[in-house]
Amino acid sequence: MTPLIETKGLTKAFGLMPVLRKLEFTVERGEFVALLGHNGSGKSTLMRMLCGLSKPTAGTIRVGGWELPNEADAVRSQIGVVSHKTLLYDTLTARENLRFFASLYNTPIDDAKINAALTRVGLGKRGDDLVRGFSRGMQQRLSIARALLHSPDVLIFDEPYTGLDQDGSIALDGLLKDAHSAGHTILMATHDLDRAAALATRAVILSRGVIGVDMPLEGVSGSQLAEAYRRVTGVAAGG
Amino acid sequence: MTAAAAHSAAESLPRANRLGSRLLILLSILTVIGVLIGLYLGMIAAGTDIEQGEVQRLFYIHVPSFAGAFIAFAATVVGGVAYLITRSVKWDTLALAGVEVGLALAAINLVTGSVWARPIWNTWWNWDPRLTSDAIMILTYAAYLMLRSGIDNVDTRRRFASVYGILAFSTVLITFLIIRIRPDTIHPVVIGPVLTDASMMASQGDFELNATPGVTSAVAFASAVWSILVPWVLVWWRIRLENIAHRVSALRMKVMEQ
Amino acid sequence: MKTTPFFKAVMAIVRKDLQAEMRGRELVGAMGIFALLSILIFSFALELDREARTEVISGVLWVTVIFSSILGLNRSLAMERDQGNLDALLLAPIGRGAVYVGKLIGNYIFTLAISAILLPVMSALYSVSLFDPFVLLTLLLGVLGFTTVGTLLATMTVQTRAREALLPIVMMPVALPIILAAVRASTGALSGSAQGDWIGWVQILGALDAIFVVMCFFLFPFVVEE
Repeated sequence: MTPLIETKGLTKAFGLMPVLRKLEFTVERGEFVALLGHNGSGKSTLMRMLCGLSKPTAGTIRVGGWELPNEADAVRSQIGVVSHKTLLYDTLTARENLRFFASLYNTPIDDAKINAALTRVGLGKRGDDLVRGFSRGMQQRLSIARALLHSPDVLIFDEPYTGLDQDGSIALDGLLKDAHSAGHTILMATHDLDRAAALATRAVILSRGVIGVDMPLEGVSGSQLAEAYRRVTGVAAGG
Repeated sequence: MTAAAAHSAAESLPRANRLGSRLLILLSILTVIGVLIGLYLGMIAAGTDIEQGEVQRLFYIHVPSFAGAFIAFAATVVGGVAYLITRSVKWDTLALAGVEVGLALAAINLVTGSVWARPIWNTWWNWDPRLTSDAIMILTYAAYLMLRSGIDNVDTRRRFASVYGILAFSTVLITFLIIRIRPDTIHPVVIGPVLTDASMMASQGDFELNATPGVTSAVAFASAVWSILVPWVLVWWRIRLENIAHRVSALRMKVMEQ
Repeated sequence: MKTTPFFKAVMAIVRKDLQAEMRGRELVGAMGIFALLSILIFSFALELDREARTEVISGVLWVTVIFSSILGLNRSLAMERDQGNLDALLLAPIGRGAVYVGKLIGNYIFTLAISAILLPVMSALYSVSLFDPFVLLTLLLGVLGFTTVGTLLATMTVQTRAREALLPIVMMPVALPIILAAVRASTGALSGSAQGDWIGWVQILGALDAIFVVMCFFLFPFVVEE
């Protein structure tokens, strides 16, 4: 079976500065991959390219058998993205946001479906409130509901824990687990090694634009992962 | 990034080759000679204008410098379109060089016009439509440079600059065409059929181009030099400068890595 | 069929912009107050007698409409930038052109709404009726022209360091041909001179609109995609 996500010789340079260098990266269906690495290691660049926001300087990307950038719309329709920014309109209500994004993805939607989506992320009673009035955690949960609307195969999380308090982070842990067990393939960039070790099935550590370590996480503790991280990047986690 | 990567990045940059350098120096000498001959034809050989006197001789710089600016800004459009298609840095360098050279030539055009206006109109500036649109054209390309300097990501900068360089050419076309659509200007239609009402232009400081011997040939020669040689030679030098600057920054990165 | 139909995506974006505007009235509110303030300032500054008014009123109208539209364009695109919404639009399986046309239609509607407020107010303040069919036509065409250019340029400038400050600088010169033709056409229509004297300006305006719409539509993907 071909991998769900596959990059070959993926290279990206900003001007003369190479950010990713001939990256060979694959994700199998059903995996939960934690993408680690310090700032500037190429995590965000890789994620932006996987969802078609940024074009590679060289190399190819295939998602679910479709190739970027020529079949970008086919790729986009099977990816859901949650970023550290909310990607929501804060002058609209939660319901209006979901309705808007559903129509962009050409997904038929009715009130019952919206209610179900809201209830799943614990916002069942807040559907008609403006997003502006939501806490950071509520906004992030709504953002997940938004990303799940079109039932994508792949979920991409770019530092989703940024700005969340303790309760918000725990709620997000639960949602990530649910999404993974519901069959979504997940790729998450994070600085939080303990969380990565607890949630993900595999860790990929990027360093200087190449994969430094690619290790399964079954039975691996946070401190073991931190040790590997230090070995590859030469700096402590979160640096 | 590694030293090797920086090194290969520096190596991949265009390096001035010897043949190119010789050709450029040859063209530069030709340009200087051409400009000098143009000045001789205009300043000495051509007869003195009956109505305006010696000040009319500014015309031999005024018109050719606009021709040169037009060519340089057109090079920016070509560079912009080619960059958006190929994403090759050299085209953006051409576009940037075109803007800077065009600005310099347009500034010569504007200043000579203003100096001419002082004795003829008795003012440095009036709101002649072409004068106004020429000033707006210069501001447009100043805005191009501001837009570039406002963007940190080099790729984004090149993309946006290409798009803007293409759109900005509309002000060049307007400046070129405005004498046909706004008849209340003293600028005569030099190229192409005259569509405007001649009586509108006869008001103040009109040019009787054919009345003085040697004027037409001097303008034609100078315009040819200023539109064929001057912008291209300047653009070429500017591109070389930009390439050298790229090499310096790549080599500096390499040194920092070691 | 993976791509969302063009028209559906455009309508979704327009509806979203209108919904947000009905809720907060951030755009039309700011634009409207700015527009009213500036025509008051013009009437003080120019101290126009009745004769002079007919001459300059279309200039006052256009300057006011353009500056308030710049205000609106900045807000409209800043709204797409603040929470990463522009990325969210680009992540959807829709054509980049649909994003452009959707934002353009929204901005066009908002600027026309401001014009609709300005016309009766200016007619009353300056005692000149602006409700001339050709003035209305010129407004429809002229506003389309510079919101076309403005939507493209605002998408670029909100992504720069200078942000809001840069839009008027880059937009005014590029929109100059449209402004020129629009002022001439509406001045001609208001002056009561023969239609043949100025109808050419309306035609030029229409041609410029067509050129800019096509150019900006094809250039837009380059300002949003890395």
